[in-house]
Amino acid sequence: MPTFKDLFRGKQKYVTVPPKEKVAPKRDIPDGLWSKCTQCNNLLFNKEIERNLLVCPKCNFHYRVPARRRIEQLTDEGTFVELDPDLSPVDPLSFPGYKEKLAAAQHSLGLKEAVLTGTAKLEGIPIVLAVMDFDFIGGSMGSVVGEKITRAVEEALQRRFPLIIVSTSGGARMQEGILSLMQMAKTAAALGRLAEERVLYISVLTNPCTAGVMASFASLGDIIIAEPGALVAFAGPRVIEQTIREKLPPGSHRAEFLLEHGFIDLIVERKELKKTLGRLLRLHGMGGQATNGL
Amino acid sequence: MACNGVLDFEKPLVELEKRIEELKRFTAEKAIDFTEELQSLEKKAERLRQEIYQDLDPWQRVLLARHPKRPLALDYIPLIFEDFIELHGDRGFRDDKALIGGLAFLEGRPVTIVAEQKGKDTKENLYRNFGMPCPEGYRKALRLMKQAEKFGRPVISFIDTPGAFPGLQAEERGQAEAIARNLLEMSKLQVPIVAVVIGEGGSGGALAIGVGDRILMLENAVYSVISAEACAAILWRDASYAKEAAAALKLTAQDLLELGVIDEIIPEPLGGAHRGLEVTAKLIKEALVRHLNELSELSPQRLVARRYEKYRRMGRWQ
Repeated sequence: MPTFKDLFRGKQKYVTVPPKEKVAPKRDIPDGLWSKCTQCNNLLFNKEIERNLLVCPKCNFHYRVPARRRIEQLTDEGTFVELDPDLSPVDPLSFPGYKEKLAAAQHSLGLKEAVLTGTAKLEGIPIVLAVMDFDFIGGSMGSVVGEKITRAVEEALQRRFPLIIVSTSGGARMQEGILSLMQMAKTAAALGRLAEERVLYISVLTNPCTAGVMASFASLGDIIIAEPGALVAFAGPRVIEQTIREKLPPGSHRAEFLLEHGFIDLIVERKELKKTLGRLLRLHGMGGQATNGL
Repeated sequence: MACNGVLDFEKPLVELEKRIEELKRFTAEKAIDFTEELQSLEKKAERLRQEIYQDLDPWQRVLLARHPKRPLALDYIPLIFEDFIELHGDRGFRDDKALIGGLAFLEGRPVTIVAEQKGKDTKENLYRNFGMPCPEGYRKALRLMKQAEKFGRPVISFIDTPGAFPGLQAEERGQAEAIARNLLEMSKLQVPIVAVVIGEGGSGGALAIGVGDRILMLENAVYSVISAEACAAILWRDASYAKEAAAALKLTAQDLLELGVIDEIIPEPLGGAHRGLEVTAKLIKEALVRHLNELSELSPQRLVARRYEKYRRMGRWQ
């Protein structure tokens, strides 16, 4: 498929990029001054990607966003007040290597867990916000992620603020075993109460969002939004190819596929996300009358 | 791991049992008295049975839970209930053969049954999709559970699945949504729900019919967030470490009882449920009746509130 990026093909010859060794765990934001887009291979000025909300200006690939950065992108400046900042994971099963894995993630990312929750304002409208971080053990849900999401739901219920959860996750966290699985039931039950009290919940799916998180709170939004091209699935393509050896058509499991099959409401580009959320909140009677942009 | 329906660690016992059978046949045919030999062999078999099955490690329990001869939901149902009528279909797409449901009497009380159903052989397994439900299976279960709520009868759920079906078609029809919806709806269903893990409790595919007031588990059943093989493949990049992974995951009934995830272990005859279907069915029935009697004392509001609290407490943190 010819795209915008083809216009720039010729330029690649003039620059040689030294091969860089990959260090894990690594943010998928490019470091250094220049970098090559992992999708379109175009050479990009890092500042430009940053300014573009971590979206490739050439091919529109939406890079993963660290949780704190996402909060900055979506909330009014200085309004985010974190909930349960000290809630920390333990190693309930004494699972091999788990403590070290946790410590490494906490150290390298400056996060206690794979989700940040809090209250904030979005275009002046008070909300409860939860944002997941994929770089923290694949955004997996153990006891603390489940507990923080549940407490965020309860906060929304108590204050009657709309709830927005930005999800990205590989699923339930293996290292906490069955307790991770039970977080699916716990979060879903809490959302059941929120629904009965008619408090709005908007679920935002970002790349990638799969398995246990998709099969619980992420799928239960009154409105479900996904970023373009996001991998969204119960069983990801690799799982399917490995377990039942089914060959997959291109584009399966992407947000567009989900939209086509009726499982999400809309796909919204990152630069439009805050605005769109604001419009949806106002359409639910928050923040006074609809203003410009509608 | 298993050939001819015999697991490796069961072999010495099965061979001994075969010899006893032969000797018995011989005695009957030839009218020669082998009573003494038989007695000594029986004693030996009993000792061996104790030795082999008394202290099973987690991986051995995984193998027992998947034992080719392990009784399945449709083996238990006629022994526990009367007048079972299977009801079909999700009213939307198709009838999922991996997840069955219907109505029956449990000691005179009408109940709704939902159950994951594997097959006994390859042909049956293809028909049952190896007990891996698709979204329409979970939606059928939800339809029957809402029907149970409407007519005020309890729900009995039998869990036995390697997991929800991981295929493209299941994705297209919303596997994740179907599971999530069941979790939410089951958490507030206004009638008692008792779930029994009878074999394999495979992750989200098990939980999707496993949110309830009481979660019971057969002694040799397992229940896990991920299969031991998949866990080993991720952790040690080698599925052959499944034995180690099974131990690390804490997936036995005893583990889950200690973690507060299940409420009761239903004992199996020595050697596993397949060595005593009737006894196992009787023990399941006894537990179901006892729990339903307790739960039917509660008002629907109290029932739902207690169920919420049960799940609200799940997890460990600091």
